[in-house]
Amino acid sequence: MSRVGVFVCHCGENIAGTVDVAAVAQAALAMPGVVAALDYKYMCSDPGQTMLKKLIADERLDGVVVAACSPRMHEPTFRRTTLESGLNPFLCEMANLREHCSWVHDKGPATTAKAIDLVRLQVEKVKRNRALAPIRVPITKKALVLGGGIAGIQAALDIANAGNPVLLVERSPSIGGHMSQLSETFPTLDCSQCILTPRMVEVARHPQITLLTYAELEKLEGFIGNFRATIRRKARKIDESLCNGCGVCQQKCPVKKIPDAFNEGLANRSAIYVPFAQAVPNKPVIDVASCTFFKTSKCKACEKLCPTQAIRFDQEDKIEVHEVGALVLATGYRTMPVANFPEYGYGQLTDVIDGMKFERLASASGPTGGAIKRPSDGKAPQHVVFIACAGSRDRAKGVPYCSKICCMYTAKHAMLYRHKVHGGKATVFYMDVRAAGKSYDEFVRRAIEVDGVSYIRGRVSRVYEEDGQLVVKGVDTLLGGEPVEIRADMVVLATAVEAQDDAEKLAQTLHVSYDPYHFFAEAHPKLRPVETNTAGIFLAGACQAPRDIPETVAQASGAAAKVCGLFSQPELTREPVVAVVDRQAPPLFSSCTGCLLCKDACPYQAISEEAIKNRAGEVIKTVAQVNPGLCQGCGTCVALCRTKAIDLQGFSNQQLFAELMCI
Amino acid sequence: MKVGYYPGCSLSGTAREFGESMAAVARALDIELAEIPEWTCCGSSSGHMTDRLLALALPAHVLLKAHDAGLAQVMAPCAACYNRLATARHEIEASRAAKAQVEKVLQRKIESLPRVLNLLELLAQERDHIAAKVTRRFEETVACYYGCLLVRPARITGFDRTEDPVEMDKLVAAVGGKPINWSCKTECCGASFSLSKTSVVGRLGAKILRDAVARKAQAVVVACPMCHANLDLRRSSINRRLAAKTSIPVLYITQVIGMALGIPAKQLGLARHLVRVTLPGPSAQTPPAPRPAVQ
Amino acid sequence: MSTQHEEAVGQSLAARIEEEGEVSVVDCYQCGKCSAGCPAAEDMDVAPSQVLRLLQTESPKHDERALRSMSIWMCIGCETCVSRCPQEVDLPRVMDFLRQESLARNLAHQDADDVVAFHRAFMSSVEKAGRLFELGMIGDYKLRTGHFFKDLGLAPTMFFKGKIGLLPHGGANQVEVAEIFARARQARKD
Repeated sequence: MSRVGVFVCHCGENIAGTVDVAAVAQAALAMPGVVAALDYKYMCSDPGQTMLKKLIADERLDGVVVAACSPRMHEPTFRRTTLESGLNPFLCEMANLREHCSWVHDKGPATTAKAIDLVRLQVEKVKRNRALAPIRVPITKKALVLGGGIAGIQAALDIANAGNPVLLVERSPSIGGHMSQLSETFPTLDCSQCILTPRMVEVARHPQITLLTYAELEKLEGFIGNFRATIRRKARKIDESLCNGCGVCQQKCPVKKIPDAFNEGLANRSAIYVPFAQAVPNKPVIDVASCTFFKTSKCKACEKLCPTQAIRFDQEDKIEVHEVGALVLATGYRTMPVANFPEYGYGQLTDVIDGMKFERLASASGPTGGAIKRPSDGKAPQHVVFIACAGSRDRAKGVPYCSKICCMYTAKHAMLYRHKVHGGKATVFYMDVRAAGKSYDEFVRRAIEVDGVSYIRGRVSRVYEEDGQLVVKGVDTLLGGEPVEIRADMVVLATAVEAQDDAEKLAQTLHVSYDPYHFFAEAHPKLRPVETNTAGIFLAGACQAPRDIPETVAQASGAAAKVCGLFSQPELTREPVVAVVDRQAPPLFSSCTGCLLCKDACPYQAISEEAIKNRAGEVIKTVAQVNPGLCQGCGTCVALCRTKAIDLQGFSNQQLFAELMCI
Repeated sequence: MKVGYYPGCSLSGTAREFGESMAAVARALDIELAEIPEWTCCGSSSGHMTDRLLALALPAHVLLKAHDAGLAQVMAPCAACYNRLATARHEIEASRAAKAQVEKVLQRKIESLPRVLNLLELLAQERDHIAAKVTRRFEETVACYYGCLLVRPARITGFDRTEDPVEMDKLVAAVGGKPINWSCKTECCGASFSLSKTSVVGRLGAKILRDAVARKAQAVVVACPMCHANLDLRRSSINRRLAAKTSIPVLYITQVIGMALGIPAKQLGLARHLVRVTLPGPSAQTPPAPRPAVQ
Repeated sequence: MSTQHEEAVGQSLAARIEEEGEVSVVDCYQCGKCSAGCPAAEDMDVAPSQVLRLLQTESPKHDERALRSMSIWMCIGCETCVSRCPQEVDLPRVMDFLRQESLARNLAHQDADDVVAFHRAFMSSVEKAGRLFELGMIGDYKLRTGHFFKDLGLAPTMFFKGKIGLLPHGGANQVEVAEIFARARQARKD
């Protein structure tokens, strides 16, 4: 015999203003199985909670229905109170009289009748509730940080400093990311590598961090607290334990004409190379596609000359499997290529460059030693035009969003140019100046007021080459749309920030959501910016959306905090609203026929096969098995199951049909 | 092969040599140009600039005539005609309102309209065929001038690159020519201002020719009768603007191909240009007299 | 003026262009790229991007300024603006609409008389002959504008080169064309 208590909340005037709450409570009392019912102004308040506890004790209730707001608001509150009263929390249900009733209907008898029906549904359900225990899942307290730029570095250091082991995986031969390519950073004009390299070294030296460079994640299996990551450690063709970073191999390598990606094609590198002088680790890699030995079996100069005999031509890629409990995605961004701009020359005009290339020109460790020189003839440009919003906020180019950092780095570039080429003219064509960070607007004003950069509001329609110069056809909209034609020596495009080329593929490998632009999706745009919808996978940096360094670092620390929070618990507790495959006595064992349609349908890969064996170890029947740690309780499998062998705890078929039948 | 043909009004008038060289080249390549019977004007620029209904109805009428004649495709050598026919077809397919309006004016239902091609699209398909039939290579350095309406707007034309197109350059290269890299391939010539605002044509034409001449082109090659008129017939306005006398000739792509295929100058209408066609290369000479057979 | 026109005057040009031309002028964020690349910009009194701005305010004063501008008549129809516009605003379509509306309300800029005369002469020739009769069109243009001596030097050369026909070219179905013009006129009245 059930003993259900119904508690109808007024929610101030929110419910009581439209629904006759007293009538609802009275009607509830007449429902079969209900032994007590009351109504009160604010059930979630302290007195309300006290009332709940008292009635549970006094009336020996074995089921509770709180008719109030949405369970998304207060289900945890009332379940906790129920637990404190000694009753299993899953014997407490909520009827939503607010969002589903008083907020969407007018006052009247029909509305009150609906409220009574809603209560009746939950009473019928709770009579069939069973006590459930939360699911406990063990946690592997080791984090995997994917991506070794500033975001990954910061996250790794924060997690490691909290005492947790970290695996940092970076696909290029060195960590550092785009920040290592920058010359100076806004708004302080700090030398980028000077502030970055100490962190890079810290990562390399940290006892809790295992650094795997020139490595990529191939597969991820498992679930939060229990991931299995398959990582391919690409063959450097070097025995890292022997290599001391002397650099003789690079000097002596005969293949020297490979365009250097780190320097954005402004310089060349050899086939055996370290990406940049401050690389961490400072161990070279052989670019097998360009190496003479791998192409023609001749040469081997590096092997002959290496003082520690560290070259290993026959080294193979190694596949390693690591058990980790959480992932931080910090895979960064790329910029839109200049070839994407037909109106600016399809990328074929040598002196039309993008921001990253300008960074390499301006960088003291770059191919020109920090001197601004035209890529075409090496001369110092006397007039440089900077084009902001190149590709961003551009529906026609498929990038409607703002790339956030370009206004600031364009001002920075113009300032650096003016500092380095005295007497040179810098013109910036802009639409808006977005300088919302701390000290940012002052930075841009400095460019205009102190460094004499000319800012013209208008976009550039076309850039073409004439007599070794670049003709820039822009406009001044603040002067009524007056055309402005400039003959420049160099044009710098602030190209759009885009997701990495293979971001989609990675997201699919990890089962992480992504947006139409292939940026990884956060769990909630306002309140959950560092989590994804995939439990246990967190986000840091520009792989989620264009952002600058301070925000990246902040977000990375945020992601690290989430990981540390996860690891600080002895076990992971999850709601028991999960699917369960039934068990019956032999010879049936289970009404599951083993069709495994549910396995294919499950969006969370939570269903696997289970072999039911006899004592001899022979398989009698194969049935579906749900992993409670992965199951999110969506119910897709329940809807699909033809024999109704699989059911959802807390939302069973029996409960739901009872609800339907009682109206 | 056979293709529906819409010559357009100018090909029998100011662009007569375009029509002549078009016919000659088609003959040489075994392309049957099936002229749409009793075709009428598409409205050109004046149509769409002043009257929306006529701008859709007149080209639709042309395409319906082609459809009635059993033609699945129509090629229009005039860039403006091509653009008008293609635009009308696109709008009628895209907008029920536009279709209804046109059907009302034309007093008939439109089920389907033939595809519309421009000259370069057609010739591009024939490029290998053309190359194989070259008897005298056209070894000139030329500036291929596309103008506006062959490549823009991209959603209507869907053809070639809108900035720095290459199809005409490829055709010229296929017959032995050297197309230059220059900056005015798609810069407007002034179009229908030829008569009403000739000074604009002078200014815009001057920019185009100045660039072509500075980059050592021996001729400008066009695929549009309006562009030809503005750069050839209106040369005096251009020269006035440049304060210099220019002699760079303007050739139709069909004339260039025709020369390479050995078609006599008269059939190509080369003498009809205002600016004399003199080219330094071997194509400038009249074809050599046939050699006597070796005895 | 017809009643339809009077009703239309109440609606802003932007609203009508949205309805009839399916172009949303609000999409324009005034970047000026169209003005920067327009080959005719230096002959315009109002830059192309500014024409859109005049429509965006939806004020009768600004609407009228747009219709009275020289800009809409100096637009060559080269389609460069829309091919570069980051918001894909169909400015050529807007220009077509403004020209038609300017003529309907008799607001065409007086310096645009030659351009308007050309268009009228062209369309008139097509209506009469089914195809453009170039000599007839030129004659009509000269009568409308009074520029009797224009291109007189050019005429004989063109004639001798066979580029000017003395008679309209036959072959067109002129009757059909005349009917189309008549029905279009009627449709505009309705």
